[in-house]
Amino acid sequence: MSTNNHASTSGHHFAHHFRDANHEFESAKQGIWLFMVTEILMFGGLFVAYTIFHNIYPEMFAEGAKQLDWRMGFFNTLVLIMSSLTMALGIYYLQVGQSKKAVRSLAITLVCGAIFMVVKYFEYTAKIHHGFLPGRFLDVHHVNPEHANLGLYFGFYFCMTGLHGIHVLLGMGLITWVMIRAMKGEFGPDYYTPVEGVGIFWHIVDLIWIFLFPLLYLVG
Amino acid sequence: MGTTTATHSGEINYINEFKGLKSWFTSLDHKRIGLMYMISVMFFFLLGGLAALLLRLELLKPGGQFLTPDQYNQVLTYHGAIMVFMVIIPGIPAVLGNFFLPLHIGAKDVAFPRLNLASWYVFMFGALLAASTMFTSKIDTGWTFYTPYSIKTGTAVVTMVLAAFIMGMSSILTGLNFIVTVHKLRAPGMTMHRMPLFVWALYSTAILQVLATPVLGITLLLLVAERTLGVGIFDPALGGDPVLFQHFFWFYSHPAVYIMILPAMGVVSELITTFSKKTIFGYTAIAYSSLGIAGVSFFVWGHHMFVSGQSEIAGIVFSFITMLVGVPTAIKMFNWLATLYKGSISFQSPMLYAMGFMFLFAIGGVTGIMLAVLATDVHFHDTYFVVAHFHYVMVGGTLMALMGGFYYWFPKMFGKMYNESLARLTFIFIFVGFNVTFFPQFILGAMGMPRRYFDYIPAYQSLNAISTVGSWLIGTGFLLSLYVLVQGLRKGEKAPANPWGSKTLEWTVPSPPIHTNFEVDPIVKAGPYEYK
Amino acid sequence: MFWLNLAHAESLMPTAATDVAAQVDNLYKFLLISSFISCAILIGGMIFFAMKYKRKTDNDKTAYITHNTFLEFLWSFIPLVIFLGVFGWGWHIYHQMRHMPENGLEIHVTGKQWAWEVQYKSGVKTANLVVVPIDTDVKLILNSMDVIHSFYVPSFRIKQDAVPGRYTALTFNANKLGDFHIFCTEYCGTQHSGMIGTLKVVSKEDYDKWLEEESKVSTLPLAQRGEKLFQVKACAGCHSASDMSVKVGPTLYKKFGAEEELNDGQKLKVDENYVRDSILNPNTHIVKGFQANVMPSFQGQLSEVELSALIEYIKTLK
Repeated sequence: MSTNNHASTSGHHFAHHFRDANHEFESAKQGIWLFMVTEILMFGGLFVAYTIFHNIYPEMFAEGAKQLDWRMGFFNTLVLIMSSLTMALGIYYLQVGQSKKAVRSLAITLVCGAIFMVVKYFEYTAKIHHGFLPGRFLDVHHVNPEHANLGLYFGFYFCMTGLHGIHVLLGMGLITWVMIRAMKGEFGPDYYTPVEGVGIFWHIVDLIWIFLFPLLYLVG
Repeated sequence: MGTTTATHSGEINYINEFKGLKSWFTSLDHKRIGLMYMISVMFFFLLGGLAALLLRLELLKPGGQFLTPDQYNQVLTYHGAIMVFMVIIPGIPAVLGNFFLPLHIGAKDVAFPRLNLASWYVFMFGALLAASTMFTSKIDTGWTFYTPYSIKTGTAVVTMVLAAFIMGMSSILTGLNFIVTVHKLRAPGMTMHRMPLFVWALYSTAILQVLATPVLGITLLLLVAERTLGVGIFDPALGGDPVLFQHFFWFYSHPAVYIMILPAMGVVSELITTFSKKTIFGYTAIAYSSLGIAGVSFFVWGHHMFVSGQSEIAGIVFSFITMLVGVPTAIKMFNWLATLYKGSISFQSPMLYAMGFMFLFAIGGVTGIMLAVLATDVHFHDTYFVVAHFHYVMVGGTLMALMGGFYYWFPKMFGKMYNESLARLTFIFIFVGFNVTFFPQFILGAMGMPRRYFDYIPAYQSLNAISTVGSWLIGTGFLLSLYVLVQGLRKGEKAPANPWGSKTLEWTVPSPPIHTNFEVDPIVKAGPYEYK
Repeated sequence: MFWLNLAHAESLMPTAATDVAAQVDNLYKFLLISSFISCAILIGGMIFFAMKYKRKTDNDKTAYITHNTFLEFLWSFIPLVIFLGVFGWGWHIYHQMRHMPENGLEIHVTGKQWAWEVQYKSGVKTANLVVVPIDTDVKLILNSMDVIHSFYVPSFRIKQDAVPGRYTALTFNANKLGDFHIFCTEYCGTQHSGMIGTLKVVSKEDYDKWLEEESKVSTLPLAQRGEKLFQVKACAGCHSASDMSVKVGPTLYKKFGAEEELNDGQKLKVDENYVRDSILNPNTHIVKGFQANVMPSFQGQLSEVELSALIEYIKTLK
């Protein structure tokens, strides 16, 4: 169905129910921020549950955290911070009209996301191999835990990093999408709303990791 | 997409401008999406209503009638889940809200039309996924999915819970869309304080949808993780806490109660001013009491858990805060009453529904106070008293307002008038039937009959029988409404632009409106209820 | 006066059999009367205005009143005062309900799908039956074996969830003799509505006598002990013993020695080991037409003697 697009002076079309391109940009940005609020609240639920059980079983959580390799977590943290930087650069280059550089920055961001997921993959396989599985699947004979309910820690570990990992994958998909559009030259200084939105999403996903890292790897 | 054609009368509107099914399923027009929601919600309402009639029929006499206990528990779960997630939550915001929010504030559409259509698809996907469990292993947990029962039962909990998660996502997207629409798309001169109260109510609802639903989302995901990965967060055998689920669940589901009732209050504000031909009494108080209720509602979840084993202090705090919700609610009731004073009141069917709302909501409200008081709640908790209370609020409140709003806006939506005397008859059936069905349940609850009971002791029989008879009256009322709808669509007279003499913006455009709502962008110079 | 009488909730509420219950009823009566008055103002006011200001012509003049700060203050403040008043009153009674006696008679009650197991300190066990002496502080210590249940005695106006993995408690002091209903008020599955028990309030002498008689169970012949256990372990909730009727599980009437067809078509003779397996590992043999995973395992919950007692009892069902 057509939405009677209006043509702005620079060539970008904005939807008929907005006054001008800037009106559309501001509205879209507000929508994206509201969506981020829901993301944070959703992870917030996990953090609350984590806090409650960490208060009940601090030693068990410390035992669990010992099984994680903080170096891998730290490396991943650096990778994500780096990717946030390149994401921001990508938007900056679009704003100043340097499309090629923008695409390059987005590509680096994508690679960072991939590196993060590869490291995650190695961590996961190692945990699964050694029997550090969530809850009732914890391989008690193999692991021989000090605390009988160690599975709860790994329940949190897999739920929190798993949900975060799904977000990283989603983010990578979105970055690929805006990258392809940027290559086609669809974005420029007066229209880069989707890239801005994906960027905000990516920063939030990184931010959540920055909370997850100490809570899961460094606790105790 | 689609071709432009003119009707016999030569008028082009949002219904006839584009033709064919495809033009509907790909439509970005908020009015068409509203109608698509309407049809979906009506379908699920029929399903949930049938489940309700089955339940009441089974409870006609003590002992099993025609269902086994397991079947009864399944029907009960579907009745609850369908009515909550697929009827009452999307009912007013996604149907009437979608259609009238942009018209109310002088906008051409909602802020994100594509997202709006996507919400409908997401909703339908979730709803059909939920319905699909009826053909697999079904579900018997009740709509609240309490752990550890929901972890142990052998039914399709995972599918149903994922479906609820998906419908929650749709609800979030609708809420987000409405917030941005209200913030950014108001016509020139349409200040926040000139918005119709329906918009204020939708705005407060949208805030709740955006802030509360994500918590339900994560709770449901944790439940899925519990069943598939055996995480142990809600499982006492693994060091978890089953009661934590209740905290998480009600942290969403209590605000969700206001997601269900606030839009209804907004509709009633519109109906009462229009049919009294009088400006609303205490506009600011009503507008801000919506926001007030939304705010306080985040801190009252524990009143569902007075006997769950939470500490005495927690019970006291939650009981106290719950009392504070009563105040803005009372304010609204008194303001509507004061609006009637020295008005010019006509008893058209929408107004009958609005007055029915006030009647039933008053009873629902005072019994709500009885449930908020600690000592009496211990007795009433999880008995039929609670069942009666929330039906008075959700059905007597939300559904009455939905019907009233539907009859009020029918001429605008379809450009036709319905049969007024039949419409009044539907009100009589639904209103009388409702009281016959649910008032005895207050008494049953006071006598101690617990809810979700397949069978009951003989002492409860006569009241249960009355209640069952009432359910048939309600059923008749809604079937009659369906007839009124179809008859109005087929044979209704052409509706004028403003049949009720309302003052809000949607009545300044032809019925039905054109695709872009306004021929000329409106400029607003006064408030919405200037009946001078 | 008529309305006051109507508000006398006795006819609507079950007998109040404790002091706390009588207090709850007083509060409830107050709430009923004040609710009735509020509804009369709201609904009555609505009907009165609707009649008085009924539309006469299409051009009726209406008053233009936007607000009235004093009135709005009144109808915010007066409800608030009433709400806070009943909140305080409710709190006061609730506090008494939750105040656990120091030297009360303690009884352990365990909820399970779908019966209440009751155990006294002397070792006496019953199912779905709590016997208590009159005018005595009683403390019930609640727990659950599977899902959440809720222990509710309407006549005492008390209720408490029984949660797996932790203890919760209830207290009461009954002042009336008689049998009172115990309901489960937290949805717990198939037989939720069948989880009904009796709370028997007896005189102190009768209570002692009852306790003594129950303690003698261990000297009874095996089959009679089995019969007792069949009730206590709530087998009777799902298996009928006196006729061929089918409850949740297959009947045990005339079963011993007969041949049973299983879900996989296999046919087995019901002997001692068949019954033993069916009690300890209920999913090994599923009788044709029934579902697996319905019956919980009783592994570790029955002694060898108790198992033999049950088997002997089942042998007698003819």
